[in-house]
Amino acid sequence: MFFDSALMDSIPRLFTPVLLAAIGSALCERVNVFNIALEGMMLIGAFFAVVGTYYTGNALAGLGVAMVAGALSGLVFAYFGVTRGGDHIIVSIGFNVLAIGLTAFLLGQIFGVSGQFDDPRIVQLPRIDLGPVADIPLLGDFLSGQSILVWFAVIMVFVVHWFLKNHKYGLRLRAAGQNDAAMRTVGVSPEALKTSALITCGTLCAMGGAQLSISNVTLYTDGMSAGRGWIALVIVMMCNARLLWVLPTALLFGLVDAFGFRMQGLGLPQQLTESVPYVLAIVVLMLVFRNRRARLAR
Amino acid sequence: MTRTLRKVALPIGVVALGLVLLLAFAPTREAVLAFLNGAFGGRNNFNLYSTLSRFAILLGVAMSVLVSFRAGLLNIGAEGQLVLGGLTAAMIGVYLPAPPLVVTVSALLGAMVVAALWAMLAGLIERATNVPLLIGSLLLNYPAVYLASYFVSHPFRDVNSGATQSFRILREAGLPRFTGTILDYGIVLIGITALVVIVLERTSVFGYRVRMQGYSVGFARASGFPTRRLYYRTLMISGAIAGMTGFVAVFGMNQRFIDGMLTAPLYAWTGIAAVLMAAIIPWVTPITAFFFAALATGAIGMERSVGIPREVGQIIQAIIVLYLSGVAGKMLSGRDGKGR
Repeated sequence: MFFDSALMDSIPRLFTPVLLAAIGSALCERVNVFNIALEGMMLIGAFFAVVGTYYTGNALAGLGVAMVAGALSGLVFAYFGVTRGGDHIIVSIGFNVLAIGLTAFLLGQIFGVSGQFDDPRIVQLPRIDLGPVADIPLLGDFLSGQSILVWFAVIMVFVVHWFLKNHKYGLRLRAAGQNDAAMRTVGVSPEALKTSALITCGTLCAMGGAQLSISNVTLYTDGMSAGRGWIALVIVMMCNARLLWVLPTALLFGLVDAFGFRMQGLGLPQQLTESVPYVLAIVVLMLVFRNRRARLAR
Repeated sequence: MTRTLRKVALPIGVVALGLVLLLAFAPTREAVLAFLNGAFGGRNNFNLYSTLSRFAILLGVAMSVLVSFRAGLLNIGAEGQLVLGGLTAAMIGVYLPAPPLVVTVSALLGAMVVAALWAMLAGLIERATNVPLLIGSLLLNYPAVYLASYFVSHPFRDVNSGATQSFRILREAGLPRFTGTILDYGIVLIGITALVVIVLERTSVFGYRVRMQGYSVGFARASGFPTRRLYYRTLMISGAIAGMTGFVAVFGMNQRFIDGMLTAPLYAWTGIAAVLMAAIIPWVTPITAFFFAALATGAIGMERSVGIPREVGQIIQAIIVLYLSGVAGKMLSGRDGKGR
C-alpha cells in the first residue's frame, strides 16, 4: 500500500528542517536581509548537534550546542553583511563555502574521520507520544511519536506570525525592512534589528540541521543539508514571507520528499527522486511569479 | 589606471591577509615549505602541473561567471552547466563511433551547446515568469548534478570498476599532454578563451554593450542596444564556456566522468570567488583563479607532509570572500543586478 504508516510517519520528519529554516528566512526577508546562507547554517547545526550529543550523551544538550553554533553563524553573517555593509549575496556565498570547509575540517580534527561520523553515543532527540492518538490509523503515525522539533517548528510558525503582527519589536522588525531612515529618526537602530533577526535565523536553521542529524538519523555526513536551505528560501519567496502560507507550502515539500523516499523503496534511483523537489520548486516558482514582479530584497 | 588600482587595492590587501592566516594555521617553516612544495614543487614539478591543471578548470569557470557578472546577470548556475558539459563530453567520448578527431571536436561542441542551453533555460525562466535568475540558475544546478550522478551510476556506469564512473573515453580522442608531464593541452584551449574574453570585452562593440548593460540597463535600453538579445547571448556564452571547461576536465584530467569530480572540489563556487576577488575586472581574474588553484593544491601538499587538513584552503577562501563582500558588492550593485 502506498499511503501506509511509514509514509505518514516520514512527512513531518522531512518537512521540519525546511520549515524551521523557512521561518528564519522569512524573518530575514522582513528586515530586508537577503540571506541565502540558510544552507550553510543548517550544515553547521547538523554538525554541532552531533558534536554536542557525542560529548554529553544527551540529545537535548546537543540541540543546545547546535543552537549556539547557529546563533554564532547568524552573528558572523551580521558582522559582514550588516556591520561591514557587505553585499548579502556575496556574504552568503562566502558563508556557505565556509560552512562546508569548517565542518569537514572539524570532522577530521575532532573525530579523526572524513566524510561521515557515526557512533552509538549519538542519541536521538526525545519524541512526543500522544497516547491514544497513536492508535488512529495513518493520522496516528503522522501526529504521534514525532520529535520535539516537529512540534516546536509548527508552534513557531504561529508564534512568529503573531509576534510580527502585534508585538512592538515585531512591528519594528517589519519597519526596519521598509525604511531604515525612518527607523533612525525614531531612535531605533535598524542594524540591531537586522542582527537580531539574523541570529534568530541562524538558530532556527541550526535546529533544522539538528533535526536532520540527531532525529531523522543519528549520524553526520558531509553536505548533509543537501540543498534544503535553498528549498526553504524558495518556499519563503513563493509565500512572500507570509508565515501562514509557509506552513502548508513546507508541508507540500515534505510530502514530495516522503513520496520520493517511497519511490526509492520501489526501485526508482535515488538521484531521480532527489531532484524532484528542485524541479517542483522551479515549476511552482514560475507559476507564482508569473503575475508578480520579483520582490528580491537586495 | 588609478581607478582600477583603487579597485584592486583591497583585494590585494586581502590576499596578504589570506597568506597571513595561512601562516597562522601553519606556523612552522616546515608547513610553509610543504605548502609551497604542494603548490609548485614535487618530483619533476608534478605538483606545479597539478596546480596548473586545476587552474585551467578554475579559469574556465571563472571566465564563465565573469561574462555573466560583467553584464549584471547573477548567473550562479556554473556548477550545473559545468557538470552537464562534462557529462555530454563523456557520453560522446565513450559512445560515438567515429575517428578520434571527430569524437574530440563533437564532444567539445556538444558540451558547449548543452551547457549553453542549460544556462539559457534559467534566462528563459526569468524573462517569461519573473523568477530571478539568481534563484533559477541555482535551482537548475541540482537536477543537472543528480542527472549526471544517475547516468554514471546506472545506465552508463563502467561496470568493471567499483567506482561510480563512466567508461573511459576513446583513448586516442583524449587531449594530448605536454611531454613528460601530467598537464594536458586543455589549459591552452581555456587560456585562449580567457584571452579572447578579456580582449573582446575591452575592444568589441558587443563587449562594450555588455559592460554598459551591466552598469545600467536603463542606459543600455535608452541607447537602443538590443538588450534582450544581449541578455540571451551573454548567458549562452557564459554557459558555453562552462561547458567547454567540463569537456576539458573529462577529456584531459580524468579521461572519463567520475561522479562528483566537478562538484566535490567546489569548482563553481571557487570560480565565483575568483571573479569577486578580482572585483569583476577581466584581466585580474586569471591571477585570482591561479591564486585559488595554488591555495587548494598547496593545502593538499600541507596535508600530505605535515598533516594540516586540506580544508584549511577552503576556509581561507571563504574568509577572503567574506571580507571582500563590501568591495565586490559595490561592483555588483553599481549594476542593477537584473540585466534586462
